[in-house]
Amino acid sequence: MTTTHAEPMNGGLPHEPEKATAEGRNKVLAFWLFLGGEAVLFGTLFATFLALRNQTNEGPAANDLFHLPLVAAATFLLLVSSLTSVFAIQAMHRNRPALLRNWLLVTVVLGLGFLGLEIYEFSQYVGLEKFGMTTSAFSSAFYTLVGFHGAHVAFGILWISLLIGQLAYKGLTTVTAPKIYVSAMYWHFIDVVWVFIFTVVYLLGKVG
Amino acid sequence: MDWITTVDHKKIAILYLWAGGLFFGIGGIEALLIRWQLIKPMNDFVDAQTFNELITMHGTTMIFLGVMPIIFALMNAVIPLQIGARDVAFPFLNALGFWTFLFGGLLLNLSWMMGGAPDAGWTSYTPLSGTAYSGTHGVDFYTIGLQIAGLGTLIGGINFLATIITMRAPGMSFMRMPMFAWTTFITSAIILFAFPAITVGLVLLTFDRILGANFFVPGGGGSPVLWQHIFWIFGHPEVYILILPAFGIISEVIPTFARKRLFGYSSMVFATILIAFLGFMVWAHHMFTTGLGPVANALFAVSTMLIAVPTGIKIFNWLFTLWGGSVRFATPNLFASGFIPTFTMGGVTGVMLASAPADFQFHDTYFVVAHFHYVIVGGLVMGLFAGLHYWWPKMFGRMLSETLGKWTFWTFITGFHLTFFVQHFLGLMGMQRRVFTYLPNQHFDTLNLVSTIGAGLMGIGTLVFLTNIIVTSKKPPDAGDDPWEDGRTLEWSIPSPPPEYNFKQTPLVRGLDAFWKEKTAGNKGMAPAEPIGSIHMPSATPLPFIMSVGIFIAGLGFMFSRDHFGSALVSFLFNNYIVTGLGLLITFGAMLMRSLYDDHGWHIEPGELEGR
Repeated sequence: MTTTHAEPMNGGLPHEPEKATAEGRNKVLAFWLFLGGEAVLFGTLFATFLALRNQTNEGPAANDLFHLPLVAAATFLLLVSSLTSVFAIQAMHRNRPALLRNWLLVTVVLGLGFLGLEIYEFSQYVGLEKFGMTTSAFSSAFYTLVGFHGAHVAFGILWISLLIGQLAYKGLTTVTAPKIYVSAMYWHFIDVVWVFIFTVVYLLGKVG
Repeated sequence: MDWITTVDHKKIAILYLWAGGLFFGIGGIEALLIRWQLIKPMNDFVDAQTFNELITMHGTTMIFLGVMPIIFALMNAVIPLQIGARDVAFPFLNALGFWTFLFGGLLLNLSWMMGGAPDAGWTSYTPLSGTAYSGTHGVDFYTIGLQIAGLGTLIGGINFLATIITMRAPGMSFMRMPMFAWTTFITSAIILFAFPAITVGLVLLTFDRILGANFFVPGGGGSPVLWQHIFWIFGHPEVYILILPAFGIISEVIPTFARKRLFGYSSMVFATILIAFLGFMVWAHHMFTTGLGPVANALFAVSTMLIAVPTGIKIFNWLFTLWGGSVRFATPNLFASGFIPTFTMGGVTGVMLASAPADFQFHDTYFVVAHFHYVIVGGLVMGLFAGLHYWWPKMFGRMLSETLGKWTFWTFITGFHLTFFVQHFLGLMGMQRRVFTYLPNQHFDTLNLVSTIGAGLMGIGTLVFLTNIIVTSKKPPDAGDDPWEDGRTLEWSIPSPPPEYNFKQTPLVRGLDAFWKEKTAGNKGMAPAEPIGSIHMPSATPLPFIMSVGIFIAGLGFMFSRDHFGSALVSFLFNNYIVTGLGLLITFGAMLMRSLYDDHGWHIEPGELEGR
């Protein structure tokens, strides 16, 4: 037994509650594995997009569509939400459920902001530019890649919101902690994917 | 009811076995119908459309719904036992994986009754699988059925990875792990990195067909070759998802019946890893004739041929294990020994096909059909037969009849070579695959007749195996803990069939072939790694079943979302995605229930363990 494992219990909760039980450790490991699969999923979508990004079928091209200030604002919201989810996990490690809940709430609100901007962006493309799923191979690839990411964000928002609810009536325990930790891992992953989308889809679309 | 709610890996193994066996039977009947159509030139037993549906469903069913679930059956039955674990890491997910596979498979096979099966070949090449050439819902059943079934496979893969990483008994380092556990581990890793690619491919094809997207439609800027890249970057690793578990089974069976330790254990481990790695590098060898150019073709040809090196290492290690052993040819070992030359022949034609210039000649002929059936039937199915005969006593507590087992082997292997050996020559003479008939007097007639007779013989072999199962199930249980008497791994140290908790006390592993090691040291059984104590078990639950039903409904709803039905109400429900939404609601509702009600499981107390 090394001393690092013998840290004092903080109000009945171990230092890293997400890894306190075998089930929690398994859950975190399996989620890393799952994210490996998700990386392949998005990798395939990116490859598809790169292969088709100039196939505009006489419809709008990336350069005509993208409006970088809007995308930059969305990016800012999502990147900050990743930071606030880190604060949430730190609050969890210090066993402060109220603070944890508040940071999760901020994360959800930022995620909602991002999603709102994305819905606005898509509706502009469809309405003003007549750029829909069926317009071209480029449009299909664009909506599928960015939309898959958006669906992941929406799922994450729903998931974390439900966890906030669970936190309210079950409290922070070694059962709820792994769930919160895993959802934060998921949120970071979504963020990393967005960095690639920002570069490959939007920046490359504007200047590439 | 007990079977619907179970989360016990041993029962899930049996579910996988029956469901996989059922689909295997369907795929087998489809194969026999194909062979019956080709028994003579210009036959009109089935028409061209039905033939296309038959070949598509035969390939799809056999690979995704037949052999993979039977592989999963053996993994579920054996892996926790071999690594000294009480269960898999996620029993709930294990059940979920089974039910999504089953409902995906059911959805796919519903197509026969709902307006036409998929007809674009098991590879579903675009634009053949687009709405322009495949106007029925057949290919929708393919994309959505496989999507649901694939979800189950991915879940299973993650589960086995986590199980093998975290649940090994004390003392079982990675380099003391049985080879079947190793190949399961590597197979699961391939599943994890290959299946998401086909997931995306199927989504894109679904979007093309149902939402009018343009991924693979050249008129809209899409690229049919893109489908081939996505399909084969999954599809080639899939070959190793299939064959590596067979390698693992052979590596268990041969040492047991040769009564020697596996020759070159560590080289076997590294060969397995190397095969998995190279398996991801070679997908374009399926696409030599699409016009990738000489440089790409050369690179993919060379990397494909490289796989022969680790595979050759394995073949020689099995031979060296048999060499000088006191070999006993019980049925499992007959299949394992039959596997070696048969699979080697499939490997040799693989090297021939890997040569890009020669492939231009072989492409889309029966030579290719012969090659992959030598690998998948002569390799994998023989491996599965070996594994089923080997572990049957452990799974069911009853020994299969040796007489009937030998009949199964001889009829099956004779039928197999009759069917497929001649197809090499048919291919070299120019007979094309995927064509529903052929003209007389092109030297195809006799060889096709021989091939069909062989297929019948394989069918008889399978029937003998089924008879064996039925006869055996009527007998009282007769299998001891170690029925082959020379069992080497942990599963043979506990009763057959194992109790619900597998190990009363977690065993202490003191070397490779842990049980063999204890036996040769004169010990009666495994040394325990823990005192007898209360054992935690997960609770049974119907939620995995309900979730899968939900996904099934959602899939059907999405598939028919653009259709017009006789009844306005039904049209309204489908066209507004109400059916889809309802299905998803069931699934997400069940997920929410799972999340809200913590499953604390139950305990088996030491008193109950002693009273056994």
